[in-house]
Amino acid sequence: MKEKLVMIGNGMAGMRTIEELLKIAPDMYDITVFGDEPYGNYNRILLSPVLAGDKTIDDIMLNTIEWYEENNIKLHAGKKVTEINRIARTVTAQDGTVEEYDRLLIATGSKPFIIPVPGHDKEGVISFRDIKDVDTMLAATKNFKHATVIGGGLLGLEAANGMMQHGMNVTVVHLGDTLMERQMDKVSGTMLKKSLQDKGMDFRMEAQTAEITGNGRVSGIKFADGTSLETDLVVMAVGIRPNIELAQQAGLHCERGIVVNDTMQTYDPVIYSVGECVQHRGETYGLVAPLFEMAKVCANHLAKMGIGLYEGSVTSTKLKVTGIDLFSAGDFTGNEDTEEMVMQDASSGLYKKLVLRNNKLIGSVLYGDTKEGAWYFQLMRTGQDISDLRDKLLFGESHLGDSGHGGDHIGLMSDDTEICGCNGVCKGDIVKAITTEGLFTLDEVRAHTKASASCGSCTGLVEQILEFTLGSDYEAPEAKPLCKCTDHSHEEVRQAIRERKLTSINDVRRSLNWKTEDGCPACRMALNYYVQSAWHNEAQDDPQSRFINERAHANIQKDGRYSVIPRMWGGMTTPNELRAIANVAEKYEIKDVHLTGGQRIGLYGVEKEVLPKIWADLNEAGMVSGHAYGKAMRTVKTCVGKQWCRFGTQDSTALGIKLEELTWASWMPHKFKLAVSGCPRNCAEATIKDFGVVCVDSGYELHIGGNGGIKVRATDLLCNVATEEDVLEYCGAFIQFYREDAHYLERTAPWVERIGFSRIEDTVVKNEEKRKHYYKRFLEAQKIAQVDPWKERAVDGKAKYEFESIKVVQA
Amino acid sequence: MSNWVEVGQLDDIPKQGSRVVETSDYNIAVFRTVNDEVFAVKDECPHKQGPLSQGIVHDKKVTCPLHNWTISLESGEALGPDEGCTNVFVAIVENGVVSIDLG
Repeated sequence: MKEKLVMIGNGMAGMRTIEELLKIAPDMYDITVFGDEPYGNYNRILLSPVLAGDKTIDDIMLNTIEWYEENNIKLHAGKKVTEINRIARTVTAQDGTVEEYDRLLIATGSKPFIIPVPGHDKEGVISFRDIKDVDTMLAATKNFKHATVIGGGLLGLEAANGMMQHGMNVTVVHLGDTLMERQMDKVSGTMLKKSLQDKGMDFRMEAQTAEITGNGRVSGIKFADGTSLETDLVVMAVGIRPNIELAQQAGLHCERGIVVNDTMQTYDPVIYSVGECVQHRGETYGLVAPLFEMAKVCANHLAKMGIGLYEGSVTSTKLKVTGIDLFSAGDFTGNEDTEEMVMQDASSGLYKKLVLRNNKLIGSVLYGDTKEGAWYFQLMRTGQDISDLRDKLLFGESHLGDSGHGGDHIGLMSDDTEICGCNGVCKGDIVKAITTEGLFTLDEVRAHTKASASCGSCTGLVEQILEFTLGSDYEAPEAKPLCKCTDHSHEEVRQAIRERKLTSINDVRRSLNWKTEDGCPACRMALNYYVQSAWHNEAQDDPQSRFINERAHANIQKDGRYSVIPRMWGGMTTPNELRAIANVAEKYEIKDVHLTGGQRIGLYGVEKEVLPKIWADLNEAGMVSGHAYGKAMRTVKTCVGKQWCRFGTQDSTALGIKLEELTWASWMPHKFKLAVSGCPRNCAEATIKDFGVVCVDSGYELHIGGNGGIKVRATDLLCNVATEEDVLEYCGAFIQFYREDAHYLERTAPWVERIGFSRIEDTVVKNEEKRKHYYKRFLEAQKIAQVDPWKERAVDGKAKYEFESIKVVQA
Repeated sequence: MSNWVEVGQLDDIPKQGSRVVETSDYNIAVFRTVNDEVFAVKDECPHKQGPLSQGIVHDKKVTCPLHNWTISLESGEALGPDEGCTNVFVAIVENGVVSIDLG
């Protein structure tokens, strides 16, 4: 018989836990859910847009009543639980319904705090918490003129804005002197107040409510200083308190909230708790993003997988009031250990404040222009050292010398702006999918819209759209898991591979408790790369964990045929090689012969079974694989240099050939391109390559981290060296450091930006010992790697099965 | 109507891999999972006719090499929010020999 799981509280945190549980252990429990409200589960955070008339109740439903039926969940909607009996393991509702449990999940959320002033119980005094409150406010907008909101925090201002949209006169009463003081400093709070005043909102600042007056129904407010205000409706939005009554009655340890440990268990180990009702490591949370992290951990433990800990969250806030851009995150007040960066332009309504400690961003407030919010938030979560970015930090990511997408402002984009060029997905499609399908994560958006699911270069933009659409609902995970099969990040996995000496994909999965038996396309390829990069002597390649291009050593084309691109060392070729290519093209009736961007010749439209024959012919003319299909060293592009050019300073072609001989056949986290230019005119475009050399009269400039493609990034100058031997050593060391440090599928450009230029400079330039270490490891690995995969297959008969049908059935 | 054809030894198909059976009308991809189960589907992704035999096999699914659609090997249906279906053929292993029913 299945165990019984009962959940009290049909809200976002609890239902998220149930959904996560259904994903990983669909048949483990008979599930029963109690909810006070007579609805399914809805997105409470979007009540403000409902009030403002931007959305309807149907728009914000996350789980409809039918959803519960489809998933065999018994829903007691509209039944308030009044008792938990921990001895009998039962819960009882107001109407007498009793349910037994084996495990209990308490997700009772929070309730609004009502200031206990005289008159607080009069008709027309409400809070802003659920659909009923929204209905009351909407009804009031039809019959009354003047509303008052007590509390100038996030929720209070959203309520005030909503009622103003319906034509009411709204006054906000605030105890402090700064609006939203939990999210804003004085300067930005004052700017916010001015914008809202311009929209027509009235304020009573530093006003303490003494009494709510009226005969049965509210008619006014009296303040402590003796003044008063007429009003027809009072909305109290002065904060929330964890709803812990039920847990307290049941004898569970509570302080401000229900106290839980890192596995979301209360002091009774069969009783779990998630959401706004819990107190974790002394903190309570009122935003939805941390609740989802709790949900994930809780579901994992309910499913008895026993991994995953909740270790607290950093949160950010955005105000959902149309026309006002405001972003706040982390510690924005600072203290004597912190420093501040401030930019203020009052007449344009712009304000930015960043708080730093030990060269790390720990808090920020943005007003007027919040497009960098996502970037700052990411820097805060990852704890990245910002020393290298210091002079540009305040201006934002778009000023990092990246001419790509950084400067786009999501809010200003029209709905038909194309975001994902690979799959033709526009901003409007993504926003619609997020709101109608109830999506919260990048993975969900990828699954539903395909945006950023191909080349991934628009991932940042999609994340910004998520954040823009959901406001504080959205939070990217702190360290992103490698894929859905694990909670471990790339770094954790690589560290385990090194420290535990894991030399096969299976070892990694076993050692790190993978959630799936044989992984997914994302982790299989990453793990196959990681074990080989760490243990090049011992690890075995798993061909089934390579993409078809690397299995077939040719690039699959849209019609299922392949391309063949032989290596041309340093972009040099000979009549003999050209003749061989021409012969092959004619012999196998190859349709297209094309010159590539990396100075190679490509043959296109080759049937798979013909590949080994073509390779054999090319081998005979001395040509080998160009690895144009792999996450590998691709090409070294050169100009003719001082051999021919009257401006050339060094022999760039000869150096290019040496570099290609050094680096060919090396597997990488992503494709990797080199170039050598013979003079600063830079005809080989070395400054948009992963590793570029620009020859100068005194030697060689070494450049790193550039790429062309979608997001053009010019290189950083690493250093100058004097000899060709130095170039080879620095190049090998740089490559090996990249191979051992970058995430799989991370090119050098984003890698350099993620880890910071100084770490690379420290490792490859300043520390000779480290440079020699990495160079030595590179040479060792290359000794094993430098075998022509074409010859192995065409001449030595390796992996024959890859190129032959198993059977031909005659009709 | 059944039309069983022996296609080869189980060991001729790599674990977590696939081989192609050519017929006069189309290709059929025969898959072997990590647990040695065998499945056969028409070698065409419902999306843009990508050769599923060249994809990554994981669990009882294959991910197409062209645009990453994931297809159930049991039903031939596209998984997740994608919609579409490719033909499924019954496949069995007896004494290490793989046969499929061309129907």
